[in-house]
Amino acid sequence: MAGIAFLLNGTPVRVDAEPPTRTLLDWLRENRGLTGTKEGCNEGDCGACTVMVTDARGSRALNACILFLPQLAGKAVRTVEGLSGPGGQLHPVQQAMIDHHGSQCGFCTPGFVMSMATAHLNGQTDHDDQLAGNLCRCTGYAPIIRAARAAESAPVPDWMNADHDFICSQISSGGEAEGRGGQTAPLPGLRPETTDELADWYAAHPQATLIAGATDVGLWVTKQLRDLAPVAFLNGIADLARIEPQGDHIRIGAGVTIAALRAAMQGPHPSFAELLRRYASEQVRNAATIGGNIANGSPIGDGPPALIALGATLHLRRGAMRRDMALEDFFLDYRKQDRQPGEFVEAVTIPAKAPALRCYKISKRFDQDISAVCGAINVTCAGGKVTAARIAFGGMAGIPKRAAQAEAALVGQDWAEATIRKAMAAMAQDFTPLSDMRASSAYRMQTAQNLLLRYFHDLSGHPVSVLEVTP
Amino acid sequence: MSAGKSLPHDAAPLHVTGQARYVDDIPMPANAVHLAFGLSTIAHGKVVSLDLSAVRAAPGVIAVWGPDDFDDMPDCSPSAHDEPLLATGTVHYLGMPLFLVAADSHLAARKAARLARVSYEDWPALLTVDDALAADSRFEQGPVIWAKGDAPRAIAASDRVVEGRFEVGGQEHFYLEGQVAAALPLEGGDLLIHSSTQHPTEIQHKVAHALHLPMNAVRVEVRRMGGGFGGKESQGNALAIACAVAAARLGRPAKMRYDRDDDMMITGKRHDLRILYRAGFDDQGRVTGLEFTHLFRCGWAQDLSLPVADRAMLHADNCYHLPHIRIESHRLKTHTQSATAFRGFGGPQGMIGIERVMDHIAHQLGRDPLAVRLANFYAASDGRGALPPALARPPRDISEQMKGRQTTPFHMEVDDFIGHELVADLVARSDYAARRAEIAAWNAASPVLKRGIALTPVKFGISFTLTHLNQAGALVHVYQDGSIHLNHGGTEMGQGLFQKVAQVAAGVFGVDLAAIKITATDTAKVPNTSATAASSGSDLNGMATRAACEVIRDRMAAFIADKHQVPPTRVRFEGGMVRVAGEAYPFARVAQWAYEARVSLSSTGFYATPKLQWDRKAGKGRPFLYFAYGAAVTEVVIDTLTGENRILRADLLHDTGTSLNPALDIGQVEGAYVQGAGWLTTEELVWDGKGRLATHAPSTYKIPACSDRPAVFNVALWGQPNREETVGKSKAVGEPPFMLGISAFLALSDAVASCGAGYPALDAPATAERVLAAVGRVRGAA
Repeated sequence: MAGIAFLLNGTPVRVDAEPPTRTLLDWLRENRGLTGTKEGCNEGDCGACTVMVTDARGSRALNACILFLPQLAGKAVRTVEGLSGPGGQLHPVQQAMIDHHGSQCGFCTPGFVMSMATAHLNGQTDHDDQLAGNLCRCTGYAPIIRAARAAESAPVPDWMNADHDFICSQISSGGEAEGRGGQTAPLPGLRPETTDELADWYAAHPQATLIAGATDVGLWVTKQLRDLAPVAFLNGIADLARIEPQGDHIRIGAGVTIAALRAAMQGPHPSFAELLRRYASEQVRNAATIGGNIANGSPIGDGPPALIALGATLHLRRGAMRRDMALEDFFLDYRKQDRQPGEFVEAVTIPAKAPALRCYKISKRFDQDISAVCGAINVTCAGGKVTAARIAFGGMAGIPKRAAQAEAALVGQDWAEATIRKAMAAMAQDFTPLSDMRASSAYRMQTAQNLLLRYFHDLSGHPVSVLEVTP
Repeated sequence: MSAGKSLPHDAAPLHVTGQARYVDDIPMPANAVHLAFGLSTIAHGKVVSLDLSAVRAAPGVIAVWGPDDFDDMPDCSPSAHDEPLLATGTVHYLGMPLFLVAADSHLAARKAARLARVSYEDWPALLTVDDALAADSRFEQGPVIWAKGDAPRAIAASDRVVEGRFEVGGQEHFYLEGQVAAALPLEGGDLLIHSSTQHPTEIQHKVAHALHLPMNAVRVEVRRMGGGFGGKESQGNALAIACAVAAARLGRPAKMRYDRDDDMMITGKRHDLRILYRAGFDDQGRVTGLEFTHLFRCGWAQDLSLPVADRAMLHADNCYHLPHIRIESHRLKTHTQSATAFRGFGGPQGMIGIERVMDHIAHQLGRDPLAVRLANFYAASDGRGALPPALARPPRDISEQMKGRQTTPFHMEVDDFIGHELVADLVARSDYAARRAEIAAWNAASPVLKRGIALTPVKFGISFTLTHLNQAGALVHVYQDGSIHLNHGGTEMGQGLFQKVAQVAAGVFGVDLAAIKITATDTAKVPNTSATAASSGSDLNGMATRAACEVIRDRMAAFIADKHQVPPTRVRFEGGMVRVAGEAYPFARVAQWAYEARVSLSSTGFYATPKLQWDRKAGKGRPFLYFAYGAAVTEVVIDTLTGENRILRADLLHDTGTSLNPALDIGQVEGAYVQGAGWLTTEELVWDGKGRLATHAPSTYKIPACSDRPAVFNVALWGQPNREETVGKSKAVGEPPFMLGISAFLALSDAVASCGAGYPALDAPATAERVLAAVGRVRGAA
């Protein structure tokens, strides 16, 4: 059998003869006539195209506009057309949205109800975070949140478990292999199942584009209209998506999603976890990987500053060859990394403990925005003196970069506000930030400097964020 | 009666199941073509050569048209015939359509549209207010000036004067459904157009004009829009015309939708402007004389800029009686997107100017800004000023006011002012005075984080200022089974208009709402409609529909009364029954009998707003039937190290008269507030030095997200009937509550002011960066 197979609203479907970068959204609307899923922005920022995707790990909300068909092999997709029960019974979130006047123009509504239904299935009630990736221009969100709260206590409808049951039954009967049968599919594009397989293939095809979550590469297709070939889809590589405690370190596979990383960081590095809470949106965190966040070399990715401040070690691999480096050394210049053709990010290792790590994200909007400045600060003191300092910033240079002068101004000095002020002044030597649509150069510099002061207040136990203030 | 009930949006069950159909969801015939524009990459200049060979050769391309392919370039302007569909030699802004591609898919058309080889002769571009002023580049001959009294003399005679300069940013509509249209060729050259538009008649008119057809050859249908907000009043013209041209030339159906980035690059937004002000005032903060200069950046084409700028002037007073005022309004022409209608239509820009002045005066006097606002309020409509005790102030001389009725700067009597009692109620509901004191104490103990609070009122004029637009039509049929078909000229963009009007119709017939079929707006059913705009949808179409329903109901009543030998006035329609002479018949049975008795069960209805009389050149008259009122208290917190800020709590009290549907009205108020707060906080449009809009997608342009709504959000309706004879004594609600968001901006100003002695002089939008800069100013002035 050719093509890739997945479950669509409870019915097995097989897709072939589509380009590997055909998006689920276009396929749903144009091939299947399932027009309930909407295109609002075509870049994963508005959530109007949200669908629920289920595999053995569970169900997640994803943006269909930047989700390529081969990423769905062996999974179950549920769209708004498949949200009501077999007899047309409304899902509790659908009924609550009607009862609480949660729709006005209705265009964002299918995406909202899919996010809400997925959260409802997963028992998640942090509605502001669950819905940060769904924009509504009409309601001001209040009635939508009222609806989400009202639906919390309703039991999960039977039919919402069908996708997961099906996936599990496929696995136990070996049927999932059929879904993965796309290995030999005519859809061009590799879907390796092991890191070794990827390493061999990529070494032989160094010109290929590696696609993990497609939250960035997706835009190369939908906005830059690029033809990507050849491509390899990494989301089926289980051994690339592991988080492994290794004594006093934690090794994070490149394929770990931001959502999984956020969960894993809540214990050891709560400030990093809070930063990741504000990393894009639920839909994007469910797809994006930490490996992708590092490998694409963006100066405004939120992962690298925190990882650099933690003293992360990066693990690169090309074929059977592996090498390690300090993460900050990977970033050479704007969009230029120390990565050889055919070499890829395999994992990153961080310390398991860094109690003084604090991560601060400054953006125009709190949720689902790209940082103007992202600062991560990790200062170690002993006997009232600074013994070590790792300070890394995104948004301040063409690469995620350490504030070497500021660090030097701290180390060996008393842990006191006067020292901090000296480090703030020294930071002017570290960066020459750009002005762009997110912030001016002067604002970036002033804010980055002030974040050192915030850090000082923060470690002293003072409230430092407007997010901590309640009315 | 179903009017007044909090029923859900009529399409809510369709919305939540994905069945609600938008233009892009309409199945197209297999031979349909998909269109895309190729866009200019410079802001101003001449197209020296336009090589479209690679576009034509691209996969899937069916046809490509450049300016040379038109003998007579279609025009897209709603006003001045100054918007060619494609640039004819001269490029007026970066993003202007240069050519049109038809392909076998949306993606193929987009890909091909990027393949043109264009060479330009670059000309200097006027991008800013200062550029345009220096070049005297403007619409109309010179500034429009309205005056009442003698403002310069009054200011000169004042003990105290504030003056300032205030930059107010624009706003992208960000309707979730982008611009889209489709055209289906019919026999004999006729066309059916599906368009996501607030103005089907305008689409019909422009398409007919472009194809040299009479209007009766073009039918436009609009079931719903995925949001409009004014952005679909005129900005859909180009897509509908493009589709019509392609359909006519190819004999195939054609569809066009803008990709989001294209949408933001091509279409107009809310006007940004600079406001200059100079105000004289007394020691109570009462304004004695005031001068405003509005410097509007209108973009490259006239579009609706003149009435937008007029409406800003019409709201320069807001709730305040200004005996001596002069307003000078410049409508500047720049090489940027043509700014257009956006919820409030200039009203917010005018209103925020006077609110800034009130804030500035209060700061100078060290008074609570609310006290200064109240000191300037128009007199209460009943002659009394009902002030909360907490804000009691020395008695003021109101003899001048009482001698004659108070008038606006445009000489309209304000005879329905309810600001005093409404604000007093809100002050109590929101616990304003105690919270203000508590915030001051909290700030004194908090060196880095500072809170702020502000109460601002709203008075918004209801009616189109182009008087002839204040008309509407409806078409209602009762079928022989008693089911009712409802149609009117208003369009549904999410505001719940269709449901409200259906509730009016159900009320007239005394039937359940389920008996009424709401149908798509259709130029073949109701002609010569005005845009669904100016908040007028329910006022106009509700009245027209009521008239149509009453004609049919009266015919049914006359028929059944005659049968029972009683006067028609004795017939009652209620509860799905027709009651006459002690009998009660189901509505459907009476409809059947009336049909068999050859009684017409179909009628049009028509409404024209009364009392209007307006001379815009002179700035005199009564442009509005009435005013809608409201007020908001917002509390915010800022971070003085980063400028980060957020809204903590908002209390809104808004006047929708006797609401036709309180749930829908509250939805409008909540949504408008968040949108208004977005305009003034996170929503920043940035153009680079070449005139390229840098914020052309949601990744860079930040409308409020879920967590940006106030954590505590109390919204209530005032609930008193409109004093004018509107449908059900209701008031318009679409635009007025947008301006409640101004309270968020002034709460930020209040928080910044707590940092030092200086006046914050905050510009809008108050991004974290602007807030931090204002903190620096305030401290620097200490």
